[in-house]
Amino acid sequence: MLETIWFVLWGILWTIYFALDGFDLGLGTIMPLLAKNETDKRIIYNAQYPYWDGNEVWLITAGGVTFAAFPTMYAVMFSSFYSALMLILFALIFRAVSFEFRGKIDNPSWRRLWDIAMVVGSFLPSLLLGVAFANIFRGIPIDGEGIYHGNILTLLNPYGLAGGILFLVLFCLHGSLWLTVKAEGEVHQRASVLAKKLWLVLVIVAGLFLLATGFFTQLYQNYLKSPILFIIPLVMVASLFLIRVFIKKQAWGKAWVASSGTIAGVTLFGVVGLYPTLLPSSINPSYSLTIFNAASSPLTLKIMLGVALVFVPIVIIYQAWVYNFFKDKVREKDLRYGEQY
Amino acid sequence: MDVLMLSRLQFAVATYFHFLFVPLTLGLSILLAIMETRYVITKDIEYQRMAKFWGKIFLINFVIGIVTGITLEFQFGTNWSQYSRFVGDIFGSLLAIEATAAFFLESTFITVWALGWKRLSPKVHALTVWLVAIASNLSALWIIIANSWMQHPVGFVIRNGRAELTDFLAVITQKFAILAVLHTVGAAYLLTGFFVMGISAYHILKKQHLPFFIKSFRMALNMALIFSLFVVLEGHLHGADLAEKQPAKLAALESHWETANHVPFYFFIVPDADQEQNLLQFGRIPSGLSLLVFHDPTATIYGLKDFPKKNRPPVGLIFFSFRFMVLLGFIFIFLTVMCWVKRNRLESNPGLLKMILYSIPLPYIACALGWTVSEVGRQPWIVYGVMRTSQAVSPIATPQVALSIIAFIVVYSFLGLVTFSLMVKHAKKGPETFTSATT
Repeated sequence: MLETIWFVLWGILWTIYFALDGFDLGLGTIMPLLAKNETDKRIIYNAQYPYWDGNEVWLITAGGVTFAAFPTMYAVMFSSFYSALMLILFALIFRAVSFEFRGKIDNPSWRRLWDIAMVVGSFLPSLLLGVAFANIFRGIPIDGEGIYHGNILTLLNPYGLAGGILFLVLFCLHGSLWLTVKAEGEVHQRASVLAKKLWLVLVIVAGLFLLATGFFTQLYQNYLKSPILFIIPLVMVASLFLIRVFIKKQAWGKAWVASSGTIAGVTLFGVVGLYPTLLPSSINPSYSLTIFNAASSPLTLKIMLGVALVFVPIVIIYQAWVYNFFKDKVREKDLRYGEQY
Repeated sequence: MDVLMLSRLQFAVATYFHFLFVPLTLGLSILLAIMETRYVITKDIEYQRMAKFWGKIFLINFVIGIVTGITLEFQFGTNWSQYSRFVGDIFGSLLAIEATAAFFLESTFITVWALGWKRLSPKVHALTVWLVAIASNLSALWIIIANSWMQHPVGFVIRNGRAELTDFLAVITQKFAILAVLHTVGAAYLLTGFFVMGISAYHILKKQHLPFFIKSFRMALNMALIFSLFVVLEGHLHGADLAEKQPAKLAALESHWETANHVPFYFFIVPDADQEQNLLQFGRIPSGLSLLVFHDPTATIYGLKDFPKKNRPPVGLIFFSFRFMVLLGFIFIFLTVMCWVKRNRLESNPGLLKMILYSIPLPYIACALGWTVSEVGRQPWIVYGVMRTSQAVSPIATPQVALSIIAFIVVYSFLGLVTFSLMVKHAKKGPETFTSATT
């Protein structure tokens, strides 16, 4: 029971991480498509600056909780994904420091350097997180000792790449919708045009991904066993179409919420399909990591449950306060303040 | 080199680099909070200017500290997967608690603080920096508790082939952890004091922004003086605790080979690990070491020869690191006491100010030496007496670790260089130009 509760929490934490950091990673990726000049770029930087750090802590927490609740999963997953994970970490480093470094020296090539860091540092994690999760859904070649028999190219299989592209498109749409909320004028206009195009791409990619999932993974087995669960992919598809409805109504905030729902739907669709497996072995199903053979002791799970139930709601409350505090649009005239990025 | 050695080096590179930025975050956040609180109480705008000037340096330092911390957490999984499996039940929980209970708070409010100068009232703004300061220090607390469990594991049993938690309170309240937290955080405040004093000294020497930097200098001096004394006195308390919990480390710290009572203390030693003796030793104080450690001249101290060679840490490195750290500790007391004596006529003591300016790197070196003593001194164990470092490494291919360690070295050198030059640039610019600067 405790293991199941933790499995659900584990899935929820990754879901929150993708839904939140997804928009700033996406926004960084599409910056070159939306920014025509220095002012536009600064609007894009400032549209994500107040949030990125708080969002990224969800990654640390999701990672930390994997370590605490399912140590074997943490050990096997992170060592198997070694090179991919290192790339994600270095990308996130470059992305993060570009906020602090970019404006500190008034020189176009200096700023260009950090713009590249921002774009590449946002693109790589978006893609690779998708690749990683698709591979978790599909299973990776691990033996009975949890030793990985493959390399980074093993992860770049067609289904893994499909997952990467799905996440990339999801995050880019999420980011452009965020910018429609945060920006006005031309930048807003460009973001809304891009969002419409990305939505079409997403419909195709998501459709293909759901189809491919039937061929490459065992995820649908849980759904066929208890059809009530189909509500999750249905909610996902509904949110996906709601995005378009809200875009048409120019209800940008709602469109962004719907795209958060889509990201949550995709993540939970996979997680629920996995249960009670955490990481399937493609060598032999009996080598798979499950919530039973990978979990911490009941005492640790209990203590950590207490910690999570107390602190996660508190975190959500003060992060909601911060989102509300910075709810104003980023305006050109605001950029003249010394404290802006 | 094999995966073990590469992984150890990579972790060392990542940790030393990370800890270049952590102490200043811990201490400067508190100084900023004090400055803003004084501004709220006295309405003296000078305090707000101080918080803004030092705050800019703080932010550059902060972001590097954050991003280099993430790679540390994830390396336990990537490079030390056998360790993670074995101790996740305890060690993993402590890291997860750190993230949810502390790291979230500092990371969420740092941007509110950075962008909040105009949007928030001075009181609420001061509150946000207090939140950042408290959360950063709580982060340090949880991380040091986790590290202390590796140093002196308690509250667990070996079951199902791993260490399982039996007593959570024992883990978070053990004496080893309390001493280590006090020592680390004290050192961080000391470093911050020297950092702010050093940059202030630069401007006082140039006779620019005098009232601003004299005020900054004195605030930092209070911090540096108190914590110079504190870390040395508190550090002394570790001796008896180490003798009981990590006797091999204590023996290595003092290059002490034969178990004996009335153990003398030598001011100068050159250890010779191969011959299991000291090549040179002089400056003898009879029964000095027994007195230092146990406050009892007759006390017995175990020598290194009592431990099989495979259970001994590398003596030379630890011995010299420890000696230099202690020497630096006394230099810090000397320098801060000198400054305290001359605190009312700093401008007329250029020699002292120059010394303070050039002393900025010293606490950084002392911190690195301290971690060397602590971590290398724990070897060959990753969890003292329970798991060897060689059993902890991931079963992964060597080339990818070779590649990642090169990436770490290249990327971190570049980031270090950029951060250093940006901090120097801003520090030299002084407070006036800051208020009109745009980014």
